[in-house]
Amino acid sequence: MTDLWVLFLAAAFVDNMPLTLFLGLCTFLALSKRPESAVGLGIAMTGVLGVTVPLNWLIYQGLLAPGAWTWAGIPDLDLSYLSLIAFIGVIAATVQLVEMLLDRFFPSIHAAFGVFLPLLTVQCAILGGSLFMVDRAYTFVESAVFGLGSGVGFAVAVVMLGALRTRLAYADLPAGLRGLGIAFILTGLMSLGFASFAQMAVSQ
Amino acid sequence: MAARFDLWTTLTEPLIRQNPVTLQILGICSALAVTTSLATALTMSISLTVVLTLAAVLISLIRRHIPDTIRLIVQIVIVASLVIVIDQVLQAYFAEISRALSIYVSLITTNCLVLGRTEAYARHHAPGPAAVDAFGNGLGYSLILLIIGGVRELFGRGQLFGWQVMPLADQGGWFTPLSLMLLAPSAFFLLGGLVWAIRALLPEQAEAPEHEPPTEVRAAE
Repeated sequence: MTDLWVLFLAAAFVDNMPLTLFLGLCTFLALSKRPESAVGLGIAMTGVLGVTVPLNWLIYQGLLAPGAWTWAGIPDLDLSYLSLIAFIGVIAATVQLVEMLLDRFFPSIHAAFGVFLPLLTVQCAILGGSLFMVDRAYTFVESAVFGLGSGVGFAVAVVMLGALRTRLAYADLPAGLRGLGIAFILTGLMSLGFASFAQMAVSQ
Repeated sequence: MAARFDLWTTLTEPLIRQNPVTLQILGICSALAVTTSLATALTMSISLTVVLTLAAVLISLIRRHIPDTIRLIVQIVIVASLVIVIDQVLQAYFAEISRALSIYVSLITTNCLVLGRTEAYARHHAPGPAAVDAFGNGLGYSLILLIIGGVRELFGRGQLFGWQVMPLADQGGWFTPLSLMLLAPSAFFLLGGLVWAIRALLPEQAEAPEHEPPTEVRAAE
């Protein structure tokens, strides 16, 4: 149990998706202009990552991993090179499903998400979560915890950046630095802060 | 309008003026992750330019046959297939670099630059111009990657492409490497600085203030 908790914290803070692994930066920067959209993005990311990573684990271990077809008499079959297409398919389907469910049962939340639900299909952080899951050979439970942890980490980071960027209304920035430039520098500073979590993990 | 001139503009526009990374905010994820050394940055640039150009040509060839509703899926499948090929080639011939890039090669699939260009350009243009546009954007992306990769490797390790350019202090030289350059935050700072520099030179790229300061206190929500 403690192992899972440590994994969750590591995924959320030490290996923070946008700040240390540079994943999902496009949406991270584009949707952090105001805190409301940042909160929406954070919730959507947590949900989609928490579902797709374990789902892709099932598909990878059941169909694609080397030796997965031993029971059918073909132990040499290695389909792992197909994992990229399979993962993308699962992610696209999940996002579509989440969108349809929200539309049917919670239309108000669906309206609040607007365009960024479909955008999550091409979010590198979500695909990256599934690829890391294969790379690090997690078990099923671990992959679920990892997915949720990464989602929470992303949500924390994007809400913080959203809040910071709102405060910039009071800052008198040089014209060239406005918008993207200062967003990068803020992200860099937050990344420095999150680097201290790595020290915590080491000294533990 | 002279067709040749047009193609030339399409090719050179994305280098600085319409640079995909610093102006269009596309493909930033991989741009930052793989720039700890010039060799990985160069590999990534070449892989991305190849995938981008081929994807643009393929999608442009079948652009009249893709139904609008499922075009994203079709485009992603094409891009993913190309990325799988590139990934296998890298693993076969450049095993070491492939390990250094880890999952970021696979992540070209979801690189917004590829989908962004196919959506915005290749879908409406003939294969020729689409290929030129994609190639130009690939070059613009590569330019940023190589600048950042070069700075980070030079100041982080005193090397360029693995050659010792500035002799290290602990090996009898004079240069003390800045290990911060190899960590995540410096990539953000460098790219932020680069954006600033480009926008200082080309003031028309500067953005309007994002938020108007509130003129009255809003009611508590």
